[in-house]
Parts: sequence; C-alpha cells; structure tokens
Amino acid sequence: MLGKLSWSDIPFDVPILVGTFAGAAIAGLAVFGLITYYGKWGYLWKEWLTSVDHKRLGVMYIVLALVALFRGFADAIMMRSQLALAYAGNPGYLPPHHYDQIFSAHGTIMIFFMAMAFMTGLMNVIVPLQIGARDVAFPFLNSLSFWMTTVSFVLINISLFIGEFSQCGWLAYPPLSETQFSPGVGVDYYIWAVQLSGVGTLLTGVNFFTTIVKMRAPGMTYMKMPVFTWTIFCTTVLIMVAFPILTVALGLLGLDRYLGMHFFTNDGGGNQMLYLSVIWAWGHPEVYILVLPAFGAFSEITQTFSRKPLFGYNTMVYATCSIMVLSLVVWVHHFFTMGAGPNVNAFFGIMTMIIAIPTGVKIFNWLFTMYKGRVEFHATMYWVIGFMITFSIGGMTGVMLAIPAADFVLHNSLFVIAHFHNVIIGGVYFGYVAAMNFWFPKAFGFKLNEAWGKRAFWFWFIGFYFAFMPLYVLGFMGMTRRMNHYDNPDWYPWMLVAVFGAVLIACGIVCQLTQLYVSIRDRNLAENRDLTGDPWNARTLEWSTSSPPPFYNFAVVPTVHDLDAFAHDKEAGIDTRAAGSVYQPIHMPKNTSAGFFVGAFSLVLGFAAIWYIWWLAALGLIGVIATVIARSSNNDVDYYVPVSEVARIENEHTRNLMAAQAAE
Amino acid sequence: MADAHTAHSGESHGSVGSYLTGFVIAVLLTAAAFGVVMAHSFSPTGTIVAISVLAAVQVVVHLVFFLHMNGSSEQRWNVMAFAFTVMSVLILIGGTLFIMHDTAINMMSR
Repeated sequence: MLGKLSWSDIPFDVPILVGTFAGAAIAGLAVFGLITYYGKWGYLWKEWLTSVDHKRLGVMYIVLALVALFRGFADAIMMRSQLALAYAGNPGYLPPHHYDQIFSAHGTIMIFFMAMAFMTGLMNVIVPLQIGARDVAFPFLNSLSFWMTTVSFVLINISLFIGEFSQCGWLAYPPLSETQFSPGVGVDYYIWAVQLSGVGTLLTGVNFFTTIVKMRAPGMTYMKMPVFTWTIFCTTVLIMVAFPILTVALGLLGLDRYLGMHFFTNDGGGNQMLYLSVIWAWGHPEVYILVLPAFGAFSEITQTFSRKPLFGYNTMVYATCSIMVLSLVVWVHHFFTMGAGPNVNAFFGIMTMIIAIPTGVKIFNWLFTMYKGRVEFHATMYWVIGFMITFSIGGMTGVMLAIPAADFVLHNSLFVIAHFHNVIIGGVYFGYVAAMNFWFPKAFGFKLNEAWGKRAFWFWFIGFYFAFMPLYVLGFMGMTRRMNHYDNPDWYPWMLVAVFGAVLIACGIVCQLTQLYVSIRDRNLAENRDLTGDPWNARTLEWSTSSPPPFYNFAVVPTVHDLDAFAHDKEAGIDTRAAGSVYQPIHMPKNTSAGFFVGAFSLVLGFAAIWYIWWLAALGLIGVIATVIARSSNNDVDYYVPVSEVARIENEHTRNLMAAQAAE
Repeated sequence: MADAHTAHSGESHGSVGSYLTGFVIAVLLTAAAFGVVMAHSFSPTGTIVAISVLAAVQVVVHLVFFLHMNGSSEQRWNVMAFAFTVMSVLILIGGTLFIMHDTAINMMSR
C-alpha cells in the first residue's frame, strides 16, 4: 500500500534531523498561525499564490531563492565545521552517510533552487518592464513554472525528514548512482526534484524568449535593447538548448533505476562515461545561464552609478553572444581525466580559454564605464566592484584549470571547489545581490538600507576570501573534495581558516536579513520612499513607470527612440509615460490557480514515484492531466481594465511625481 | 498578451494532396529502413549509416509536409528554430561522438 515507505524511514535516530524538524515545524506553525491571526489567507491566495503577474511571481521566486540560500548555507557551514573537527583521531559529528547527503544537497539546492530561482525571479521582475511590455508572453505558464520550481524544492526538503537524500554529489554520477550502489531512495529524490524543476525552467526559457522576441515596445530594435535584456535573451537560448539534455540524462538514469535498463551501468553494455559527457553538455551552459544575467545586472548598475552610458554597448552584446555560443563547446573540461586523447582535450581546453576573451572584454567595458564617470559609491556599487576583483581571480584560476595538463594535477581537488565558488559567489551571487539592491525600490516602492547593505557586503567579501583561498592552497597540497575525515596535519590549520570564513559569510547573511528587516521597518521615511519611480536617475524603461509599477506596467506603451530609452526621453524632455493622454482599455490575464494545482499534483506524483507508491503516483499524474485539460478548456482567462481605473491609478502617480518635484 | 500568438493569418496548413504525398514518402522511408535491417544486405556499420540517413530524410519530410516548413516569410521563425535545432544537435551529437570515440580508443573500452 505504501510502497517502500515505512516507519523506519523516518530518521528518529539522527538528533540533528530531529532538531531541524522541530525547528522547521515550530517556524512553520508560527507562520501559519500569524497568517491565520491576521486573516491573510484570502489575500495571500488571491493576490500572490494564484497570481500571473510577472512582478509578483518574480518576488516569490526571490523569496524561494532566499529560503534555499538559508538551507544551502546551513549545509555549507555543517561541512566546514565537520572538516574543522574531523582531523586525526576525531571523527567529527557527521558520519559519512550523513555528510555525503549534505554535500549532495548543498550543491543541488544552491544551483537549482538558490541560483536558478534567484535568476528567474530577477528576469521576471525586470525584463517585461525593461522592454515596455505589460506582462510576459504566456502569463499562465509563468505561474506554472514557478510552482514546478517550488514543489521541487519542497520535495528536496521532504527528503530531510522522510528517507534520505542522494549521496552521489550534485550531479549523481553513475555507477555510484545506479541501484547496485545506491539502493535507497536518495537518488530518486534527486532525480524527481531536478526533473520537475527542469520543467519549470524550460517553460521559463521558452516564455521569456518569446516575450523578448515578440513584445518589445515599438522602436526597440535588437540593438536598442538594454544589456540586461540581452543577457536574459542569451540565457533563455541556452536554457532551451541545455535543459532538454539534462532531462534526457536524468531520464536515462531513471530508466536504469526504475526499469532495470543499462544505459550507464558497468554491466549489460552500459557506459557510465557517456553520462559524464551528456550531463556536462548541460552543466557547462548552465553556469553561463547563471552568470550572464549577473553580467547584465552589473552593466545596468555600473552605468547608472557612474552617471554615463555603458562603455562599448555593441561589444558587450557581441561578447554576450560569443559567450553563449562558446559555452556550448567547452564541456569536456569537467572531465579531462576521463581518458580522452589529446585531440579532444586540446580542442576543449582551447575553447575554454577562448571564453576568457569575451569575458575580459566585459570586465574592461565596466572599468571604462567607471573611468571618468562620476562614480557614486552606493551599496550596490560595492557588490559590483567586489565582483570585478573576485571574479577576475576566479576567471584566472579557471583558465589554469582549462589547461589539461594542469587539470590532471588539480582534478577533483579542493582547488576546483575554490575555483567554482570563486566564480559563483563572486560572479553569480554578488551579481544577484547587487541586482536585488538595485531593483528592490522598483518592486516595492522603497529603498533597501544602505548601511546594512555595505556591512553585508564586507562580511561576504572578506568571508569569501577567508573561506575559499585556503581551499586553493589545500588543492595544491593534494586534498581531494568530498572528504569526510583526514589525518594530514598540514591541512588542519587551513581548514580552521576556512571555517572562520564560513562564519564571516554567516554574519553577511545575518546582515542581509537585518537589511531587509530595517528597510521594511523604515519604509515610510521620506528618504526611503520612492515616489518618482526613478530613485537612481537610471537609464532604462523600467524606471519610467511608478514604483511599484501598476499591475499593467505601462498605461501607454512607451515608444523607444534610442538605446537607454528613458535616459534619452529625460534629456529630450519627452514624457515617457505620456501622462494625461487618452487611455485605452488594457487587456490583462486573469489570475488562475491551475499552476498551483499542477504543481501540487506533480509533488504527489514525484513523492509517490520515489517511494514506489504506484496508485498514488497514478492519482498525481491524473490530477496533472485533468488540471491541464480544465485550464485549456477555460475561455474565461482574460479581461479589460476599464479606462477609468487606468486614469485613476495614473493620475495618482502624476500627483506623486509633482509632489516629489516640488519637494526637490 | 494572449492575442499576440493567436493570429495565424497567411500561414499555410497544407492540403490533402501534400499530406498524402508526405504520408506516402514517410511510409516508404520507414519500410526502407526496416528492409535494410531485415535483408542484411549491408555490413553492420553500413546498416547503421543507411538507417541514419533514412532517419534524417524522414525528419526533413515530416518538417516540410506535416509542419509546413518552407522559405516564406511567415515561416521564418520556424526555419530559424530548425536551424537552431540542427546546430545544437550537431554540437551535442557530433561532440559526444568525438569525445566518446576518442575515449573508447584510449581506454580500450570497445
């Protein structure tokens, strides 16, 4: 009746998990209680959970990403503290069985649910506003994508308390991930969580590609598109190329595990090396899927806070496109040591090094944008400058790893860990945080506190160097990754430095949470409110509408005359909003709960399939199909916003604008 | 919004004749593939090459006759999407063959 599931699968015997469960349960009950006490369930359901508004979905994505960051970081600090303890005679506090689940969960969560969700959130909030559109091309699919991502994250967290998670690293290499060596449900949790979230990501890719191609404001040709939109455009292309590969790779692994096939087994004609090739053909574009939007955000922020247009817009676009193409032909550098000959390794090594060229072009473009600009050292700029320093170091160690001969020494060592955290924290995470600081007033109508933002930056920046520079050294000293225990006395002091760095990063996260709390508390102070919609004197269209924007974004779809449309309009004295003109009724999509229910049934399907509860899996699948059919046969999906409503909202914003101008 | 993708004016949805032509060619290609395998008329490598070529032609037939891909302006995005698919398939399958063949020789795994 319940498949493999029994009481013995609940880890009552692991005190850390029991404690975590108690904490999560108490926090969860408190949140439920507060929502019930304030009677906000209806509001939450009608305005947020069923919303198809890209701005609200974006905010929910970012909330999800912050929760995932919290979970992923808890894993990280457990690993670091284990390695600071587990030296010589001390076994530490995490047995290998548990430790292996922690590093697998850390990688999976940080990439799929922290970074991907954060990136998707940012593109949701910003792209339609930046291209002068009123929503995305397929608003319902957008809601569906969000829920697929969310339920996957829920599924991965269920594995904490029911059963176990994968112990095979974040990419679940066979043959270790095959049934023969991982008979438990851990790898199945991994496969289902990643597959379900992959559906959401692929739909997002299609959705935003279509949005950018079809829904740009009149006059916005490709070479007048803001750089952030360009980077998202290239990211969506990469998503459409790469994510199906991931789906196939994990699908084949799933067939091996569920139906006893032999794609990647040692026996029966399988070849586990093929899995490496296929999964990295997704995995390498994936890192560019993450970092390109960060590059876009840096471009927007640098030009805004340097008070001049971006240096070399054209080269920035070409560099982005070159990176997009090159990222598809470098994947072997993740497994140079697998045994391919010099032809293969040399080709992919050289391709990898070539990527450094367009990336270098970008770094110089940002530097030249700042050069002779009136750089304002806003908290957001701290992250940008911290990124340029950190990412350059990470990029250089990347070029070192691109040399196959060097890689044979460094492969699978902590040097690799140090390198990719260097580019992912220093590039991706700093970029997303900078973007969050930059666009927060657009989404909410008030600014984030700068003092706490700077404190968070310094903790993260210094903490990063303390946490990861020792790993470069340890890599050179021969310490391999994913170790649970070691006896080498030379390594021990470096592990202590690394755990100190992790503590500093923890302080950085606390500062970020404090920043959010302080900013929300002080949101009504005059210096924090953003009445104009343009708090930074910025250059692109999203700043021409109010903060937060009305649900229809633009009462009159703006006409684009030049690159940096809003800056052009401000200089030429054109009112981008066309305030007071004759408004037309606005065609908008209605909210729908279909995405929520497809997600919920998918969660049932995934959970049941993991535990071999086939009747429940069938119910889940039927639920998904029935919801999709019901949604598809519903014609009542859109409505028109009446002119009077548009005029009321627009006139209120015009009054705010005038009041703000009078106050200056 | 919703109306941006519901307009299909000017796009051809084919005729009975074109569907029948496509159907006949597709059936012939499928039968030929089975024939090549069942008749053992080529070496094993030759058979794989032959059915691969037949499969590629089959893909083109489906695209042209059933999915109405052609050079007209309405179809530009479909053609671009197809070119994009070809490119990614070439990179992925070609690259994987390159890597795995080289690995197989070096590791003597075949």
